[in-house]
Amino acid sequence: MTFSVHVRIIPRPGLLDPQGQAVEHALGALGFEGVTGVRIGKAIELAIEAASAAEAEGMARQMCERLLANPVTEDFVLTVGA
Amino acid sequence: MTPSVAVIRFPGSNCETETVAAVRRAGGQATLVDYRAISLDNADAVILPGGFSYGDYLRSGAIARFAPVMTAVQALAEAGGAVIGICNGFQILCEARLLPGALLHNSQQRFVARPVDVRIERTNTVCTAEFTRDEVIRIPVAHGEGRYVADEATLDLLEAEGRVVMRYVPVPDSDMPHNPNGSHRDIAGICNAGGNVVGFMPHPERLAEHSVGGDVGHRFFSSLIHRLSTGVPA
Repeated sequence: MTFSVHVRIIPRPGLLDPQGQAVEHALGALGFEGVTGVRIGKAIELAIEAASAAEAEGMARQMCERLLANPVTEDFVLTVGA
Repeated sequence: MTPSVAVIRFPGSNCETETVAAVRRAGGQATLVDYRAISLDNADAVILPGGFSYGDYLRSGAIARFAPVMTAVQALAEAGGAVIGICNGFQILCEARLLPGALLHNSQQRFVARPVDVRIERTNTVCTAEFTRDEVIRIPVAHGEGRYVADEATLDLLEAEGRVVMRYVPVPDSDMPHNPNGSHRDIAGICNAGGNVVGFMPHPERLAEHSVGGDVGHRFFSSLIHRLSTGVPA
């Protein structure tokens, strides 16, 4: 079966995210008030051939640990769809 | 025997020619080695040059670290051989976990290409023996992702073990920020515990002969070649 896996990668809490800061300022300049904590990460879509959703998630987790995310600076969240 | 240095060319490297020239100027034999190679042809040392390997896709250095040649680079590093990463090479060494920490987008979100002042804080490495401890040199940087980050425990360990090789310091009479990228603790370069794996953001190969305005960078290469030819630990 092919599972669609969505990987969300976010900079770790506490790490300066200059992109997020710049966007937060820009939102303020556009008049959107009360926006804080803007963080910019990455989204990666994968189609994974696996026997089960659990197996697809396990494979995606390994991919994140080895390549897709850097554990020093990033956290990741996986969502497995059908 | 003339020491031999392998300079690795990844897709997107762009400082390899100057690096080869700098090694030769220092009296070494330099070979350009393709990233697909599976051996280093018995080179005594490796330099991972600057550039934008794999277009900095995903994260700078993240894909290059899995290039076939990196298995041999890893083996050389683990055997105590000299492995030096300049700029993108430093990013690759961090991604490969041969050095701790990571290099992120500059805090001001801009590419920075200008001279900076760095203080050489460790001279017993494979490429800094010809400096005096705490000597300040002016040397170019050129990078978009040079903000060195690591957790506090790692930073404390690096400091305690004297593994900060160079640090950005204030430039007299300059209103530019002395730290060009927001690196934690002003760190510009670090090494492993043995001092044989060294990574830094500045580009010594760009300032290695008088015709380009200075040759302070030459001393990194002559330190390396001297170390390799005498076998004397720095």
